[in-house]
Parts: sequence; C-alpha cells; structure tokens
Amino acid sequence: MTLVRSILLRREAGIVVMIFAFCLAVGLYKPHFLTVQSLRIILLLVPLIMIGAMAQMLVLVARHVDLSIGSILGFSAMVVGLMYREFPDIYWLVGFPVAILTGAFLGLGNGLLVTIFRLPSIIVTLGTLSLYRGLTFIISDARQINRSVIPTELKAMSRTSPIFDIPWIILIAFGVALMTYVVARHTQLGRQIYALGSNPEAAPLRGIDVAKVTLVVFTLAGALSGLAGILYASRWGFVNPSNTGAGFEFQVIAAVVIGGVSINGGVGTVSGTVLGVLLLGCVSAALPLLGIPGSTQNAIYGAVILIALLIDRSVRQRGVTSLSRAAS
Amino acid sequence: MMNSTPAPTRELAPARPTWHIVLVRPETMTFLLLLFGLVGASFLSPFFLDAGYILRSFTLTAEMSIVALVLTMVVISGEIDLSPAANMALSACIFAWVQDAGVPLPIAVIVGLLAGLAMGALNAFMSIRMQLPSIIVTIGTLIFFRGLAQVIAGDRSIRVPDSFIGINNVMIAGIPLPVVIFVLVAILLGLVLGTTAVGRQIYQIGTNQQAALHAGINAKKIKVGLFLVLGLVSAAAGIMAASRLGSVRYDLVLGGELQMVLMAMLGGTYIFGGRGTILGTFLAAWLLVIVSTGMTVANLLPAIQLTVLGILLIVAIIATNFIYARTQR
Repeated sequence: MTLVRSILLRREAGIVVMIFAFCLAVGLYKPHFLTVQSLRIILLLVPLIMIGAMAQMLVLVARHVDLSIGSILGFSAMVVGLMYREFPDIYWLVGFPVAILTGAFLGLGNGLLVTIFRLPSIIVTLGTLSLYRGLTFIISDARQINRSVIPTELKAMSRTSPIFDIPWIILIAFGVALMTYVVARHTQLGRQIYALGSNPEAAPLRGIDVAKVTLVVFTLAGALSGLAGILYASRWGFVNPSNTGAGFEFQVIAAVVIGGVSINGGVGTVSGTVLGVLLLGCVSAALPLLGIPGSTQNAIYGAVILIALLIDRSVRQRGVTSLSRAAS
Repeated sequence: MMNSTPAPTRELAPARPTWHIVLVRPETMTFLLLLFGLVGASFLSPFFLDAGYILRSFTLTAEMSIVALVLTMVVISGEIDLSPAANMALSACIFAWVQDAGVPLPIAVIVGLLAGLAMGALNAFMSIRMQLPSIIVTIGTLIFFRGLAQVIAGDRSIRVPDSFIGINNVMIAGIPLPVVIFVLVAILLGLVLGTTAVGRQIYQIGTNQQAALHAGINAKKIKVGLFLVLGLVSAAAGIMAASRLGSVRYDLVLGGELQMVLMAMLGGTYIFGGRGTILGTFLAAWLLVIVSTGMTVANLLPAIQLTVLGILLIVAIIATNFIYARTQR
C-alpha cells in the first residue's frame, strides 16, 4: 500500500498519466495515432530535445540556466559541416569528437564567465546566445551547408538501425539519458551537483569545490549540445546559420520543466525529464494529425511551461504545509 | 557627571573627493563611452557629425529604448522581465488584426494597449502573486506571447492603414516624434525614480526586500504596478513600431529582449537590483545607436553586429559588477 502510494505520489506518475490520457484522447479522434508507425514518428521527433534536456537538467539542478545551448548546437553543427566541406576525404566519424569538443569548449566559456566574474548565468548565456550565433554566421560566411556535403553514413544514422528497427539517433539519445542517470545518481560529481543546487551557501562548507562543479556542469551541457549539433546534421541533412538550433533552448526548457526539474535547483530526475520530452513529442506529433497548424507549436510550448511552473509551485506548497503539519 | 570620558570615537575615513564619486559612477563610464563612440564614428564617416542622421537612426530603436527605460525600474526593484519584446510583437499583431477586421482605429489601439496590460498582469500574477522567479516566468511568457503572435499572424504580414503609417516621419521642432516621446518618458521616469517616495521605495525593495517590508513598504503592490506599466508601455511601443514599419509580422523585434537588457546593463543598472538610474539607460540607448549605425556604416555584416552586442552585454555586466564591488564599502 505504501509502495503503491509512494509511486503514485511521484512526479513521474503524473506525467505518465498525462501521456496516456493525451494519447487516448487523440487516438479516439484519430485511431491512426495509436499505431507503431506513429510511435516511430514521435520517437524520431525527440532525440535532439532529449539530449538537450539532459544538458539543461544538469544545469538547472545546479541552480543555473543555460540559454545558449541552441546557439552552441548551431555552432558545433556548422564547424562539423565546414569540416566535411573543406576536407571531403575525412573519415565521417571524426565529426563526433569534433562536434562534442567544440560544444564543450563553448560551454566552458559560459562556465568561466559565470565562475570567474560571479555573474548570473541567465544574463551570461543571454549574451553568449547571440555571441555564439553571430560567430556561426562569421565562420560560415552566412551560407548554408548543403545536403551533398554531409556524409551519407551520417545521414543514414537517422534511418538505418542496428537493432529492432530503431534508428541510431534514437538509441544514442536514450544512451545519453542512461549515462546522465548514472552520473546523476551514482557518482560523486552527481551528488555534488545536487548539493550545490540545493544550497549554494552550504556546498563549500561541505568541501565541495563550487567553481569546479559549475565549470564541469556548463562544459558537460556544451558537450551534449555539440553532440546534438552533429545529430541535427544527420537528421535534417543540412546546417543553416540562422535556423539550426534557433529556439532549441525554449523547447528544451519546456521539456525539462514539465519533467519536474525545479528552477530553484537541487531537484530533478532523469526519468522525469525523459517523460517530459516524450510528452512534448506526443504533442508535436499529434498537432498535424489533428489539423492544427504548426504555427501554434510555440504558443503551446509557452503555455505548457507556465502551467508546469504553476503545478510545480502547488506541489511544493503542499509539501511545505504537510511538513509543518507533521511538525506540530 | 559631565567630565566622564568621551566614548572612543571611531576613526572616520576621509570623505572621498567629489570628482572621485562622480568618476566611479557607471553613468560616467557610459557617457565617456558615448563620447568616445561619437568621435570614433565621426572618423569612420562624417555622417555622424550630422545630428539629423543620428536622430533618424535613433527612430529605428526608439521603441525598444522606451521599453528599456521601464525595464530599468523593474530591474532596480529586483525583478527582471525578458518578455517585453514578445509583448511588443503580440500587442502589435492584435492591434493590426483587430483593425484589419474592421474595428475603428482608435478602438484597435485601445485593444492593443489592453492586451499589453493583460500580458503585464500575467507576468505580475506568476512572479509576484505566485512567487515564482520572474526570470524563468518571463522566459515562459516570452515563448507564449511570441507563439500567440504567430498563431494570430501566421506567416503573413498584416498591413496597417496608410493614415496610421509614419510616426517616424512626424517631426516636432525638427526632431522625430519617437525620439521626443523617448526623451519625455525618460524625464518623467527619471523624476519618478529620483524625486518621489515611490522611487526611493523601488530602490529600497531592490536593495533589501525584507528590510523594505519591515519599513512598511508594500513591495508586492509596487512590483505589480511596475509589471503592469511595463506591459502597457511595451504595447504602446509595439504599436509605434507597427506605425513605423507599416505592417506587422509575428517576428517583430525578434530577440529584442537582448538589446533591452543590454541598454539597462550598459547604463549601469545592477542586475541584482537596488542600483541604477534612468539617466544611465538613457545614455546607453544613444550609445547603442552610435555603435549599431557605426557598424552599419562600416559595412559590417548583421551577424557580426550580433556578436558585438553579445560581447557588449557580457563586458557591461562585468564592468558594472566590478564598479559596484569597489564602491560597496
């Protein structure tokens, strides 16, 4: 009984119920939505957001926020695209370390600004959001990387599959989620990130090197955004200096906030974030089926963030009142 | 008795000379940068010695500058709002959409302004009533407002009637009307912030909200008021932009939140609240016009301008934090 109760009280249970209710509602109206094929469509929509959400989750848990991940995605994708264009003979897998390192480097830049100058991360990353986007234009001379330049093997990762007909990029995304889970729950670094976010004043007293943890978190977020960058090139087969990754940070924040990651730091689970990403994926896949134009997507994302914030607050409030009742 | 030994007096630090106090004010830095930028730009192109040219350039960002003035007060009170640019777009879209549907122009303007007020009220409800951090709330409303604008306008641009076009061509004593409005709003807000009780209370709330509450200041009421004013002014700015451009699209001033925050930061407003002046933001708005038209005259790509704005934001906030850390004692 208590086990069932504790499962039902978890944030994840609420999201699962929302996903099922949403899919059933859409399925009643359009039975086509409840097929394996549409599951495939949903899963193909989410890998980039999934990876970005893992990055943003770590940052939010450490009580920071990173608005620049969309620009990091775009910059890394552009670096890789330029590499493929200038060195057509290069082995295609080299793109992965290049993209990840590029992203990590930009993420480290954010981290250094935040730690050295003690600046609020939201303003720093608002600045680097446009700084990195501008650099993307500069290195690319404002021209797009075309389909023919991206190696066929890389593009094939979004269609071919090693196992169960599940494309590579979906497997990579879930692999990243699994690794984030291990880091968050079973490593010293993970515990330090949670401790730092729960109470930044107490963290150094417990012997946590705040600057180091902050740097690592931003660098990891950058590296994951870089990985998302090369997967963007795989999924869409082009890199555009203005479109690639634009608005990505907002989709990611929406997913993470739905997933129950607290904006006040210290709270958030990988499972919740994954479910939040899946819920967003279901919504995105259902819109065209229901005949709702794609232009409504951003409004829905925005509304979802606001509602998730309100739910989050009421849950927290109930926790506080039940605690004080228990104390008296 | 009278001859008890006097209490040991603490050694007073010598008063800092006036020039020292003036020099370390961030507005002074902004002003020097402005002069420096003007001189540098006039070497670049003699256009910059022509006041008319600068005034005409200023009309391009006058709407955002007006909003930045109010945003400065919000930041001083310890909150932030990233949604005004999206608010401008949505208010302008609602205004254009309503009058396109046949509603008389004055009523359409009022509808647009009310929409902006409602958006400010949503921000106030979420951040003040629900006590959620305004920084994340306004990211949510930023996406939401911009998304609603996209729903209303789609991919098309909505035209506004010819009689309404051209606010930037209306001249008052040779000065474009948007610039006149900007100056008047700056004077008004400067007086409110600098000379009234409400102004002092805004500084107190931003410096230490707890202490302000104990001093009997109704912090919630003042902050709600600031969000409402910001929503209303953003809507007015959006409608002004519609008049200048002649048509409205959902991506009106896309990314404008960066420039608004940048103006406040460049003017020396402290991001954690409690410090900053309208004068600083006023000067910073001119500085940004010089910088961006300078870059346009120098034939720099818009992308490079984006990079420069990003760097400027980071440098400005580092410099402001540094100055305040030095003068804290």
